[in-house]
Amino acid sequence: MTANPMLTHAYGVKRIQQETYDTFTLELKPRSDIQIKSFAPGQFNMLYAFGVGEVPISISGDPAKREVLIHTTRAVGAVTNAMWKLRRGEIIGVRGPFGTSWPMEEAKGCDVVIVAGGIGMAPLRPPLYQLLSERREYGKVFLLYGARTPADLLYQREMEQWQARSDLQVDITVDRALRWWRGNVGVVTTLIPKADFDPTSTIAMVVGPEIMMRFTVAELEKRGLADDKIYISMERNMKCGFGFCGHCQLGPFFVCKDGPVFRYDRIKPFFGKGEI
Amino acid sequence: MGPVLHIGDKVVLERQHLQQLLDALGKKGYRVIGPTIRDQAIVYDEVSSLKDLPVGWTDEQNAGTYHLKKRADSALFGYVVGPHSWKRFLLEPEVRLWQAKSDEIGLKTVGNKGEMPRFAFVGVRSCELHAMAVQDKIFTAGEYVDESYKSRRESLFVVAVNCVQAGGTCFCTSMKTGPKATSGFDLAVTEVVNTERHYFPAEAGTEIGASVLGEVAHREASEEEKAAAEGAVEKCSKQMGRTLNTAEIKELLYRNYENPRWEDAASRCLTCGNCTMVCPTCFCTTVEDYTDLSGQLAERRRRMDVCFTMDFSYIHGGSIRYSPKARYRQWMTHKLATWIDQFGVSGCVGCGRCITWCPVAIDITEEANAIRESELSPKLVT
Amino acid sequence: MSEGKRMETLEPVLAQHPFLRELELRHLKTLVGCASNVRFNAGQILFHEGEEANQFYMIRQGKVALELLTSERGPISVQTVGEGDVLGWSWLIPPYRWRFGARAVELTRAIALDGKCLRKKSEEDHDLGYELLRRFSSIIVERLEATRLQLLDVYKAHP
Repeated sequence: MTANPMLTHAYGVKRIQQETYDTFTLELKPRSDIQIKSFAPGQFNMLYAFGVGEVPISISGDPAKREVLIHTTRAVGAVTNAMWKLRRGEIIGVRGPFGTSWPMEEAKGCDVVIVAGGIGMAPLRPPLYQLLSERREYGKVFLLYGARTPADLLYQREMEQWQARSDLQVDITVDRALRWWRGNVGVVTTLIPKADFDPTSTIAMVVGPEIMMRFTVAELEKRGLADDKIYISMERNMKCGFGFCGHCQLGPFFVCKDGPVFRYDRIKPFFGKGEI
Repeated sequence: MGPVLHIGDKVVLERQHLQQLLDALGKKGYRVIGPTIRDQAIVYDEVSSLKDLPVGWTDEQNAGTYHLKKRADSALFGYVVGPHSWKRFLLEPEVRLWQAKSDEIGLKTVGNKGEMPRFAFVGVRSCELHAMAVQDKIFTAGEYVDESYKSRRESLFVVAVNCVQAGGTCFCTSMKTGPKATSGFDLAVTEVVNTERHYFPAEAGTEIGASVLGEVAHREASEEEKAAAEGAVEKCSKQMGRTLNTAEIKELLYRNYENPRWEDAASRCLTCGNCTMVCPTCFCTTVEDYTDLSGQLAERRRRMDVCFTMDFSYIHGGSIRYSPKARYRQWMTHKLATWIDQFGVSGCVGCGRCITWCPVAIDITEEANAIRESELSPKLVT
Repeated sequence: MSEGKRMETLEPVLAQHPFLRELELRHLKTLVGCASNVRFNAGQILFHEGEEANQFYMIRQGKVALELLTSERGPISVQTVGEGDVLGWSWLIPPYRWRFGARAVELTRAIALDGKCLRKKSEEDHDLGYELLRRFSSIIVERLEATRLQLLDVYKAHP
């Protein structure tokens, strides 16, 4: 590795799309001649807002499309709020991609259950794109997506297209809704009993708040899914992205390089335990 | 000077000739760093003369205590380790990673292109050699390499000193990291000082070490002199101030995340982070971003960080490890257990610094032993 | 519908519903005696919060939203139930009043079971009572756990 992994590269903002009241999608194009590095679904970049700081954000675009780099994030802190205010053409620094990826090869020939909670839908969009682009390689594919309210649902136009497909089962639920909502209301785990995947031959990919992932894993296990067939994605404080700064440790794992995608049986002893 | 020396040749240097070693290193362009007294402690800084060393001084260390005391003799290396470790020269405490200009062309990052310094460390203990090897695994052996660290390590000249007197908080024998230096040095010396003589049996560990040794007045070591050196080191290995039972310590700590002993330690721990600062293997860093007033020039700096802060594990409006108990537990289980899964070796080299420099005298060996013992008896040890 | 015809059409339907899996035949027949087919169009209210609760529903097809009224925002749906689910346990616990309202989101077919009748039959036959309570408690526990998760509002952005 000769290139300095702490050096950030200039990307220009092509578009900022507001997804919900606090979530937006960045479309970035590199300045100068650098090519967008190819990434595997599940990986993340360290994004830098000039003079403000850097945060790790999952890549949420199509791995097969190399013209733009896409990230979806919430505006929660100084850095993401600074990014949100950028105009077309302004600069964001990009370092990466870092981290482990979803088990796309292993999932071939199996049913695939994607369970997304809230902003967790963003890092699950890349594997879904890849699954759909080589649809025949996989068995039944389920997207189970839970959000707080209907206004918090991401990628609504795409969702409608996915719902229309006959080779994909999309079930959406929200925690609460007003009368106009004709969809499901209830936690995302309630969608699992209704998805008829074959637990002996299924790979599950789960992302959301840790509590949601815990309950989801329990529900999947109830259906007979083995721990080594469930994959989750974790988040921790990161300063470097490649295992030098020590901040992202979770037990013996560095979430930046042993994760963020983890096979559940490997991380189980340290997952869901307080303050590890 | 005599025939060309080779690795492993055992020679003897007289005390009065040792200055030639410092001179030779200086002439070769090394920045010579060695132990010296400052602020009533023995620290590591630039030295050029034997007079800069803590001649005739020793350190008395115990949990939460450190004093310097005058010795009866005028040994040059008659102490163990102080609050500094060599990591401050290999992994700088604060370094500018890059500068960027936000102009029309874009984020033009300008990397740090300084000249890499060449260091010679004089007075490195065996535990410290192991600590450097541990950090090598982190910064040079993985997929990513810290180029600055690598360059400093590669150009480094190491004069190791075999300990002949153990410190009050030392436990290198428990961690199998000393007291005898066995590898990782260019030169290794043992100090033998008594009423009649003051001499240094020495050997080279590398070709470059052999060539430097050749420039210092030396003669072949006699059997007696070799035995004196070995005997002194052997005696030292029996004087350790502490012991740590490392049998299956990783598994022990992995199954004791909920042991009440952690609460006990937390009730004493100030989360000051002294232990991380003096520890020769602690490597965590953080990154700080700055701009100038115009907002046109930005800079990123890296500095050493401490896992005991609330900031360290902060995400989305809260710290993962919000209690002092969790933060103490993180430091200790990382050092003794998870480090092994991460890097294949223990993070602890038994130097005892964390015990000495803890303001409330928390002792890592005592904590580990207490957890082990709590499994043996039904009554939990507090 | 005549008594005989009702038993003929509903017994297999009840037997197949997941809620009554492995229920002894004699209990099944008791339930059939208290059962009737119902249907709600989209938007139709099944019951209002506060009304007397004298039945429960086994949903065969469709979707029903459980609602609570709020002063600022009108009715809010906190749960939807669909095919294979059971709706309503207020008939089991005094004061036998609905604690929430229910409205069909889409065309819904269900079996309605007469709670008053079943309360009486359960008093007479404790075995039946036990079977019903056992099944309802596991539904209540499931809902409680799900509700607690909802309560945590896990998707909310932290300050």
